[in-house]
Amino acid sequence: MRQMMLQNTADQNDVVALRIGDQDYCIDIDVVREIRGWSPTTVLPHAPAHVTGVINLRGAVVAVVDLAARLGLGKTTATPRHVIVIVAFGAQTVGLLADVVSDILGVDDAAMQPVPDLAADGMRAFITNVIPLEDGRMLRKLDLSKVLPNRSAEGA
Amino acid sequence: MAAPDALRATFFEECEDLLSRLSEGLDQMAKTGTTPDIETLHAVFRAVHSIKGGAAAFGLTALVEFAHVFETVLDLMRAGALPLSAPAVQTMVRASDVLSDLVAAAQDGGSDPPQMAALFLELDLLAEQGPSADETEDTFDFQPLPILIPESDAIDTPAPPAEAAFVITLAPLAELYAHGHEPGALLRALARLGRAELTADIDAIPPLADLVLSRPHLRWRMRLSTAVPREDIDSVFDFVGEDAEVSVTCLPAELPTLAEKQPRPPQLAPALPLRPVPDLGGTVASLPMSTTIRVDLDRVDRLINQIGELVILEAVLAQAVSNAGLRDDSDLATSLAGIRQLAASIQESVLSIRAQPLKPVFQRMQRIAREACDATGKQVRLVMIGDTTEVDKTVIERLADPLTHMIRNSVDHGIEPPAQRAALGKPPTGVITLSAAHRSGRVIIELSDDGGGIDRARVRAIAETRGLVTPEAVMTPADIDNLLFLPGFSSKEEASALSGRGVGLDVVRREIQSLGGRVTLQSSPCQGTTFTIALPLTLAVLDGMLISVGRETMVLPLSAIVETIRPSSAQIHLLGQTGRLVANRGELVPIIDLAECFGFAPIDDMDRSVLIMVESDSGRRAALAATSIHDQRQVVIKSLEQNYGTVHGIAAATILGDGRIALIIDPEEILRTTAVDPPAPFPSAPRLSAHG
Amino acid sequence: MTIRILAIDDSPTMRGLVAAALEPAGFAVHLAEDGVDGLASLPAADPHLVITDINMPRLDGFGVIKAVRASDSHGSIPILVLTTESGQDLKHRARSAGATGWIVKPFDENRLIDTINRVLGL
Repeated sequence: MRQMMLQNTADQNDVVALRIGDQDYCIDIDVVREIRGWSPTTVLPHAPAHVTGVINLRGAVVAVVDLAARLGLGKTTATPRHVIVIVAFGAQTVGLLADVVSDILGVDDAAMQPVPDLAADGMRAFITNVIPLEDGRMLRKLDLSKVLPNRSAEGA
Repeated sequence: MAAPDALRATFFEECEDLLSRLSEGLDQMAKTGTTPDIETLHAVFRAVHSIKGGAAAFGLTALVEFAHVFETVLDLMRAGALPLSAPAVQTMVRASDVLSDLVAAAQDGGSDPPQMAALFLELDLLAEQGPSADETEDTFDFQPLPILIPESDAIDTPAPPAEAAFVITLAPLAELYAHGHEPGALLRALARLGRAELTADIDAIPPLADLVLSRPHLRWRMRLSTAVPREDIDSVFDFVGEDAEVSVTCLPAELPTLAEKQPRPPQLAPALPLRPVPDLGGTVASLPMSTTIRVDLDRVDRLINQIGELVILEAVLAQAVSNAGLRDDSDLATSLAGIRQLAASIQESVLSIRAQPLKPVFQRMQRIAREACDATGKQVRLVMIGDTTEVDKTVIERLADPLTHMIRNSVDHGIEPPAQRAALGKPPTGVITLSAAHRSGRVIIELSDDGGGIDRARVRAIAETRGLVTPEAVMTPADIDNLLFLPGFSSKEEASALSGRGVGLDVVRREIQSLGGRVTLQSSPCQGTTFTIALPLTLAVLDGMLISVGRETMVLPLSAIVETIRPSSAQIHLLGQTGRLVANRGELVPIIDLAECFGFAPIDDMDRSVLIMVESDSGRRAALAATSIHDQRQVVIKSLEQNYGTVHGIAAATILGDGRIALIIDPEEILRTTAVDPPAPFPSAPRLSAHG
Repeated sequence: MTIRILAIDDSPTMRGLVAAALEPAGFAVHLAEDGVDGLASLPAADPHLVITDINMPRLDGFGVIKAVRASDSHGSIPILVLTTESGQDLKHRARSAGATGWIVKPFDENRLIDTINRVLGL
């Protein structure tokens, strides 16, 4: 591509903010392929509780991860008002089930803060940074490598 | 001739293709140096030749002339009369540039390329290094036409002012018929030139006893009064050459027309021409340089996916039409049926793009067999049959490993050492036959050896030492043979010099199963062993039966299903606390509740379920209990592993008419893990992050 | 009766030219891209006459002629060679292979039609 539609300055990143329960999370916009409404999933046998099943994404079979369940915030009873954020991470495409996509915003590198030691132990594993916002909210940046199901299951 | 304008575009398109073949071929020649591949040379020649032929039709003189000189050089090289040197190739590369410029100039109306004159000269010089044109010219020409020219008729007579009379005789030789000529056609063509009187001369027909059927005996004599010039008469015989004795005599104008010989009417049909013995030695060239195109496999796969989508969307539409309560014969439903057929045929065509002959992987086996022979000191001849059989590319790639193991296994364990074979009265060299064929929608690959067959007593003994069977177990010969496929049967101690690989036939079976295939074996003592691999033609679609397991719709591959039964409670017997058996055709078969197997709510009322009898490769049977069964259909296989991972008992996924995903059951895996042991822990369930 | 002609040439331009010349004259023309294709279409095309190029990939014109001559169904139909090469050697080879006649490219439409009519005795 010759022309960049969006010129990021070196120290700023665009993120997609998600609301899960009453908490705000975010992921890099680079990994987001699409945001779609919830649709019924096909149950996967023997799947962990936070994998709600698989959906048909234009011919590809994509697993949906219930972020709330994954983060230990309780299983989501999904309705058509929920959203699935399709992310491509490595060679893997996965849907993330969230309550709502709240915003897309630029975040300065400087605003990224390390996760405080005191953070709940279960949660800490899934978060790389916290970002305080001007309106008083706090974004938690998700570590997709921890959130997503591990593909190299066979031969384990 | 006036070539239609539309064909000009065709010609320039063709030129583009020909020029690229030309440069491709010249590249090749530059690489191979002084020992050119004759096919490349032919292809290069054809390219230039076709440009010349087309250019001539459109009156593109400069292009024709240049192509002609170029072609002359190539023709000499083709005939071996002109050596192919590096400078010669250089000249031709530059000539091809000029040719390309000339084509462009002809197309866009530009001027002739500046280098043209120089290259003309260079090509001419090259051509002169070959034998002179006179020497190559064949002496055969039209002149042997035995045409009698009376003195009165000058050689280049202009058209006679008035009508002239000719006597023409035609005596066909066998060749005339052999070359597709028809005397009747020639005579009719002559008759059309004027007024004709025809007589058949049957004098030359011998008595029946002397009749040689392969020689025509009938002759014709025609008296023709015509105003056309003599050349027009001669030209009727243009193609006849030496295939007939022809004479054309101009009669003096004043001669009475009745002076001709016996007016006997034709009495016999011409002798039946016998066709020459076919000689199919025509120059059959191998495949042309580039009538194929290389396409990235990803693009093909994308196309296959999109067609799969189309098929699914069509099903979605069909369901919507059906839900809307439209009649089957409504316009919409009829059009939809048309789309369905079209989509299915496109799908078939697209899938065939991925099909490749098995040849490369088969050929690799020659070397494997040779190496195995070297390692074991055995003598084996590998015979390959049907290596042109086409299979999905992915299947081919993944066949190499299992075939390698099987070939090694056959050499190592199947074929006896030469001395032992000699003692048995067999030829010292063993034969392993690797064959492939399409059979009822599957590819069947057979690997058979003429070795000693499976030593069942020994196999059983080994299996007992390894704890794979108890000494008390009652086993049929086939059961014993199948022990070879058990994991843990082959082991390091058992491995010979060759089999240091530590891989057994269990790995082969797993590989074949992962391709959706099955492998079985048959063995008879002293005569050898045959392994049979049955593979799907493609990994993209599968014939399946739609079933309900609890609230989920799933697909069971048709290939595994033996029959379906609706059991009565009397047929079902409890075994222990949870085990259940069904009596079917005098056999007690274990029931596997699919819902329970997949972690759904178990079926509590077994006699209201449907039992689907399945059989594994090793011949083990089980009855899979499902809530209900629906229809059979072909489904598009979608990978589950790509975005998720493997799921125990599930082979893949597919997309149903409503756009939802249905999982495809892997009955083989369910049988393997359920029938022997309770289903409890599934080792291959997706593992989550270390923390989770 | 419509005369059916099977024309075999690897050049799309030539195929186009042959069809453009013969179809308006009332011939039914079946086109084939090379020798192999041509022989394969022989049963379906069921021609009264074959026109073939010489220089073609896969199977050249000589091979086509020999194979047509050897066929049970079409062994005795006329075969015309359509070629840019006017060398005697070529004509000689075509004839030994069993060709009925030849037409040199570039061909004149009327000449082509005349030649066809002549060998078919039309």
